Amino acid sequence: MSPALQGLITIFIGVGGCLAYFYGSNIFLDKVLFPAKGIHAGRNINRANMVRPWLFLMPALLALGLYLAYPVVETFRLSLSERLPGGASQYVGFDNYRRMFAEDKFWEAMRNNLLWLLIVPAAATALGLLVAQLTDRIKWGSFAKSLIFMPMAISFVGAAVIFKLIYDARPADQNQIGILNALWLQFDGGFGSVLILRVLPALMFAGFAAVVGYAAYLVGRPIVKPAAHVVEGIALKLLRVVGAVLLSWVAVLSALNVIDSATLAMPYGEQQTWLTIPFWNNFFLMVVLIWIQTGFAMVILSAALRGIPEDTIEAAIIDGANPFQIFFKIKVPQIMNTIVVVWTTITIVVLKVFDIVFAMTNGQWETQVLANYMYDKLFRSNDWGVGSASAMIIMLLVTPILVWNVYNARKEMR
Amino acid sequence: MDNIAGTKSSLNWAVHISVVLLVVLWIFPTVGLFVSSFRTADQISTSGWWKALFPSEQSLTLRAADPDDFAVQQADGTWVVSGNLFEGGTEAEISRWGSSSREISAYAAGEAADLGDGESFAVEANGDYVWSSVDQPSGRGQRVFVTAVTPPEFTLENYDTVLGQGVVQSLLVYIVAAVIVGTVAGFSARSLRPDHTRSAVIVFGFGSLILLSVIFGLGTGQGGGQASDDMAKAFFNTLTVTIPATIIPITIAAFAAYALAWMDFPGRALLIAAIVGLLVVPLQLALIPLLRLHLEIGIGKGYLGVWLAHTGFGMPLAIYLLRNYMAGLPRDIIENARVDGATDFQIFTRIILPLSFPALASFAIFQFLWTWNDLLVALVFLIDSSGNTTVMTRQIVELLGTRGGNWEILATAAFVSISVPLIVFFAMQKYLVRGLLAGSVK
Repeated sequence: MSPALQGLITIFIGVGGCLAYFYGSNIFLDKVLFPAKGIHAGRNINRANMVRPWLFLMPALLALGLYLAYPVVETFRLSLSERLPGGASQYVGFDNYRRMFAEDKFWEAMRNNLLWLLIVPAAATALGLLVAQLTDRIKWGSFAKSLIFMPMAISFVGAAVIFKLIYDARPADQNQIGILNALWLQFDGGFGSVLILRVLPALMFAGFAAVVGYAAYLVGRPIVKPAAHVVEGIALKLLRVVGAVLLSWVAVLSALNVIDSATLAMPYGEQQTWLTIPFWNNFFLMVVLIWIQTGFAMVILSAALRGIPEDTIEAAIIDGANPFQIFFKIKVPQIMNTIVVVWTTITIVVLKVFDIVFAMTNGQWETQVLANYMYDKLFRSNDWGVGSASAMIIMLLVTPILVWNVYNARKEMR
Repeated sequence: MDNIAGTKSSLNWAVHISVVLLVVLWIFPTVGLFVSSFRTADQISTSGWWKALFPSEQSLTLRAADPDDFAVQQADGTWVVSGNLFEGGTEAEISRWGSSSREISAYAAGEAADLGDGESFAVEANGDYVWSSVDQPSGRGQRVFVTAVTPPEFTLENYDTVLGQGVVQSLLVYIVAAVIVGTVAGFSARSLRPDHTRSAVIVFGFGSLILLSVIFGLGTGQGGGQASDDMAKAFFNTLTVTIPATIIPITIAAFAAYALAWMDFPGRALLIAAIVGLLVVPLQLALIPLLRLHLEIGIGKGYLGVWLAHTGFGMPLAIYLLRNYMAGLPRDIIENARVDGATDFQIFTRIILPLSFPALASFAIFQFLWTWNDLLVALVFLIDSSGNTTVMTRQIVELLGTRGGNWEILATAAFVSISVPLIVFFAMQKYLVRGLLAGSVK
């Protein structure tokens, strides 16, 4: 049977089956099980109404339970056991985790994932905010936005091909067909090269360090000097300490990069195979995801910017605020919630990132990430124990966001 | 918005320029792929695509006509072969040329070269050549290496190779025909049933497109070799995965969303919280347990498995989006219907479902884009060792591995695979944005 025909039949059976189930079960409930007539009419109606929601929910709950809830438990069980020849399995405690922690490749994946986590959400959110703000006040803004939003529709694999073309390298005696190498060969160590390749990155790192340092200060200040009328719980205080320490660490790292980027010896005039340069190739891969996710951040932040009450901005203008003050002191604080949402959403995407690395480097040249490491373990080495263990690590990293989302959703419902 | 108080920002021009720069930066990569898919392998490997729009200087290897057939003996006894190097091919302006691969630019256009053994060769800028020899020349035609400025040139060859002969051309013709039929149908519908104009355009347009493709076929039906067979097959496989995987979760989720939005039962809040939690559970966790389950209960690797998997993975977002939308519908309508004696089933199918169309469309686009672009789920649940069920994303990864250098095939294949989501994206952007806004603000 041709798959297309099979697909049509599946649609028919799937949709028809669902409708038949819903219709049939409702009829059964009303007419046979608890008919709304006779002496018990009232009681029956009540009972039917108690059962009915579960009829409506049943297929969805089955799908959710089987495809999302059960795997969490089962993967945890698998990560604690080892496959024996013949299909049986044996409980081995945390052996798989111990083996995984002893592997260099795992720590490389962890380090890279951390880099991705730090950079991609930050860059995508910042760029999205920038575009949203810039396009907000020009006439052709919606057209510009839809073009920047477009990469959202492109698959990670398609994007990987697009960027492989950009990073392509040809032997020295041929014309470069990758734009990045063609640009790179324009630099020769002269004044322009110093300006663009040394001064500009140094300034960018310094600016980033300043912003992160300021954020660390904002997060950490209430610990030292608590605000007069705000009482914070111990958990929040702890969170503040951790946040401040992490942020200052990032700030110090990027400040150190200022010196690095200003003194780095650069191989001018030689074509580079960008994806094989250890450490830096991670950034070339991240660019792909930033390129895709900026549109997402922009759409949501743009809607949030539109939602800001106009009188707050008017008041600021009358008080003599300049455009930058309006943006940073009036607009950004009012959409902080949305920024956090965008940030966490992109963070989740980053944690699951697989296709880009799989298609572009497949984890070679020190670009491994957790999801690809896991795929490697599962389907290449056939090591289900370690594979499940690394999947549990991804789950563990997602859990804080999961808890936060659930907490917020509950708060909203009340 | 900064202009509310009457001040026009002095930074206006800077804003315009930076937005232009950002937009150019953002579409540049995609344009590169698009342009490359219309260039031949030679053009792609000799010059960057950004030069494709301008005349470019290329090194070409050409050959003079076969002397056995074309040599003509002159009155003075010498033999002459003359003609044009570009015969039947592209036109170009030759600047330098040479007769050996070590010196490809030994002579300027218009110069004559002495090849030894009484042979001489002359090439003009437009490609005309005269090859004269004292003895009768034999063997193959003289090779000539030229440096020429060729005008920009684009070709549909790659699409013929990837999709099969003439597929793109016939598709383009059918689309034009479909647009005409749709417009005519729209005009006639406007005079008969003004409220059905839009649906008439869509139905007749797509109907005629499908009808034309079925009757006349796509192209000549001849494949352009291995790549074409694989890619065309992968295209239909992707379609086969996508459509059921989009429609089935919507049906299931719509009922559940209605129950969560408008029916009162104990545990409802808990369920909603659970669904919000499941939204972010990485599907990586599900790979092994479910693959094992599928193998055990006999579904194995195949379409059924991938449909089920996509249904499960799409469910939380579907329920979440639809519930949020349905909960925002006016309470009066539903309560009036209840008072009038409508059952829950009737309220759902007659009132809620039609009113929820925007949310249904939003989710449908999400799920469509996600299933079309997916690689991981297909790799794990669908593609078996026979390779008959391969999807496009997988096929492209394969091409990246085996034909890393064949940019013309790779670019074209990638562009074919992203063109469908792009069309959906630009046609239904409104719903996509709405869905994003509803789905992410938690």
